[in-house]
Amino acid sequence: MLEQSAVILAELDALSLSRWQFGLTTIYHFLFVPLTIGMVFLVAILQTAWVRTNKEKYLHLTKFFGKIFLINFAMGVVTGIVQEFQFGMNWSDYSRFVGDVFGAPLAMEGLLAFFFEATFIGLWIFGWGKLSKGIHLATIWATALGVTLSAYFILAANAFMQNPVGFEINEEKNRAELTDIWAVLTNTVAVNQFPHTITASLMFASALMIAVAAYHLKRNQFVDEMRPAMKLGLWTSVFASAATVVNGDSLGIAMVNTQPMKMAAAEALYETTTSASFSIFTIGSLDGTQELFSVRIPYLLSFLSTHTLNGEVEGINDLQAQYEVLYGPGDYTPTIWITYWAFRLMIGMGLLSTLVAIVGLWFSRKQMLEAPKWFFNAAIWAAPLPLIAMSIGWIFTEMGRQPWIVFSLMQTADGVSPGVSGAEVLFSLIGFTVIYGALAIVEFKLLLTAIKTGPVPEEVETGSDKMSVAY
Amino acid sequence: MPLNEIWFVVVAFFFVGYFVLDGFDFGVGMSLPFLGKDDTDRRVLINTIGPVWDLNETWVIVAGASLFAAFPEWYASLFSGFYVALFLLLAALIARGVAFEYRGKGKSDKWKKTFDWMIVIGSAVPALLWGVAFANIVQGVPLNADHIFVGYDIPLIGNLLVLLNPYALLGGLVTLTLFFTHGLVFLTMKTEGEIKERARLLATKVGIVATVLAAAFLVWTLAAHPSLPGFILSGIAAVSLIAALLGNLLKKEGLAFSLMLVTVATAISSLFVALFPNVLPSTIDAAFSLNVENASSSQYTLTVMSWVAVIMLPLVLAYQGWTYWVFKKRISRESIPTHAH
Repeated sequence: MLEQSAVILAELDALSLSRWQFGLTTIYHFLFVPLTIGMVFLVAILQTAWVRTNKEKYLHLTKFFGKIFLINFAMGVVTGIVQEFQFGMNWSDYSRFVGDVFGAPLAMEGLLAFFFEATFIGLWIFGWGKLSKGIHLATIWATALGVTLSAYFILAANAFMQNPVGFEINEEKNRAELTDIWAVLTNTVAVNQFPHTITASLMFASALMIAVAAYHLKRNQFVDEMRPAMKLGLWTSVFASAATVVNGDSLGIAMVNTQPMKMAAAEALYETTTSASFSIFTIGSLDGTQELFSVRIPYLLSFLSTHTLNGEVEGINDLQAQYEVLYGPGDYTPTIWITYWAFRLMIGMGLLSTLVAIVGLWFSRKQMLEAPKWFFNAAIWAAPLPLIAMSIGWIFTEMGRQPWIVFSLMQTADGVSPGVSGAEVLFSLIGFTVIYGALAIVEFKLLLTAIKTGPVPEEVETGSDKMSVAY
Repeated sequence: MPLNEIWFVVVAFFFVGYFVLDGFDFGVGMSLPFLGKDDTDRRVLINTIGPVWDLNETWVIVAGASLFAAFPEWYASLFSGFYVALFLLLAALIARGVAFEYRGKGKSDKWKKTFDWMIVIGSAVPALLWGVAFANIVQGVPLNADHIFVGYDIPLIGNLLVLLNPYALLGGLVTLTLFFTHGLVFLTMKTEGEIKERARLLATKVGIVATVLAAAFLVWTLAAHPSLPGFILSGIAAVSLIAALLGNLLKKEGLAFSLMLVTVATAISSLFVALFPNVLPSTIDAAFSLNVENASSSQYTLTVMSWVAVIMLPLVLAYQGWTYWVFKKRISRESIPTHAH
């Protein structure tokens, strides 16, 4: 027992702690990002409806979902700074090695997108009554544009880690140097990851909108507002889900072309196979080498990987052998049980969320209020599904790249900061966990309170020059 | 001027912009316990920066990202070497940001008080730490031949203790008091009524302390890194700080605040002048120092980034300027609605 603890303590080195910290802070940050991306568009649509029709219900909805958007936006902003700082703090050798390439999309994100969204969200929050209706509407669309641009640049940066392009190695300086910014920005992984992220974010924002509407419709309150909200949520969800399936498929093909090991690890496919089947689930050993029982769909893995029924899918063993020839001896296989289950859970949760929306659309043909109670309950509890699917999707994307931090160029173990001790990382890891944990509770309570209160019209205060909206 | 030197100036520009702007946000945050007699007062104070603090804070994100893109070696050595200090800074900035957004969303006094203190601490800690950090950057840190910060051989706080030296602590007190003054002069300009006069009085008091500390710090810096531009910038900073305090007393609030902008900008610029051409000197051996040559990105990357900056910066400055114009109105107790959003 004592020996075991000693081993565990010794293993708490700066590398594994830094990996845990980066994983935790990134997943945490990304709890807020999808709702920000998705909800900004829904709020912009609602406000556009108000400006065009002048109907009060759309104004109430805009302010109501705007509030939900803002509670969430604040957390996204403050946790985002941590992300940028961590590359230098915990991964300084990575930063030294790729900074010449990787820094450019980050700086572009700052200059083109962050300034833009931070400025226009301020104008939107505090501009009610100060700006003309049209200009004020433009500020939320501008925010949406900024948010979308920022997603693109950060995904381009991540795509370089999955599929490095547009660079050459400078042997003398021992680093990767940018040779073609256009290649970096049009990286096939970025081009495919971007729509997948945007439509999945819309899935989450609309699932939340459906859940909020279900909560109030079930109680027969705010019916005027919640009926159109339900409708907008359902249609957005169905379209976004369909798009996510299609662009997810393209992303899969891009993945097979650039990181075949990730697809092999997603299926725990050890031997190269033609006409490969896809297992919905498997019971067997953790590393996937022994299988006791599985439910399989014939040809599906070949179809997902090659878009043909009898295409060849490379297996882990062949790829491992290839990589040993290319990169020297070593273990190039990701942790199989993580990639295998993450891939399935991502797809499963996404599809479950889609199912809820389709059922909802069926009920909405007639009178939404008459939908059965179980549907409202299902819609409420299904709200987090797309968010969980996205988090798990990122765990798959990042864990499936291991042992690499930049595929084929640098391993994760070589990227960690050489001057930072395990004690320092443990300190910050505990610190972030405590702070983030406390904030999660506050944020969740605030969201629930705002949602349950519903779109109560604001009391208009008469008076000389009250600020229309203030802290 | 070669591109790497231009990018030294660009990085300096972003940090100057950050301190000029978020500097007064820090000052406003610190003023809560001194100027805010009741909840309405405190809401007046917070709402003076409500629409802009977020975009002001964005300057540091852009400054950090430019540092990463243009000088990866500087970014890597600096951020990993200052690990614990930066963690504290991040924790403080997180506390401040969520507190602004969340304090108005609860009803109880306890709720508001908790977030008020998060704003105060989340403003004072970064105001202090930024000065400590920049003084250390100028003074140099123990970088070894691999550009890795080698602090004392003490677990956890070995590097942090190196950073807490007299020169850096003085630098920290300078930014703390200077940003406090900056915020108070800003409040004198932005508010109306009784609170305005309280801000004016406090600005004078804190401003005098800031003047003495800043003078000592700038003389110390000049003695270590004598140069004509450094001398001129420090001189302007000192003169405009005193002029700002006088202008504030004489109720020329717009002028006083403009002079504070000049003060912060020139004081921070003088540090970058003292630093150049190094970006992070080594106190172990001058040969181990990072400078604009050995820390910079490739020519191609700098060229790409230059195009982005040339196209985007005028646009960024234009729309941010427009925001300040939209929210130019002064705020008083009468402007505060009973309900927060």
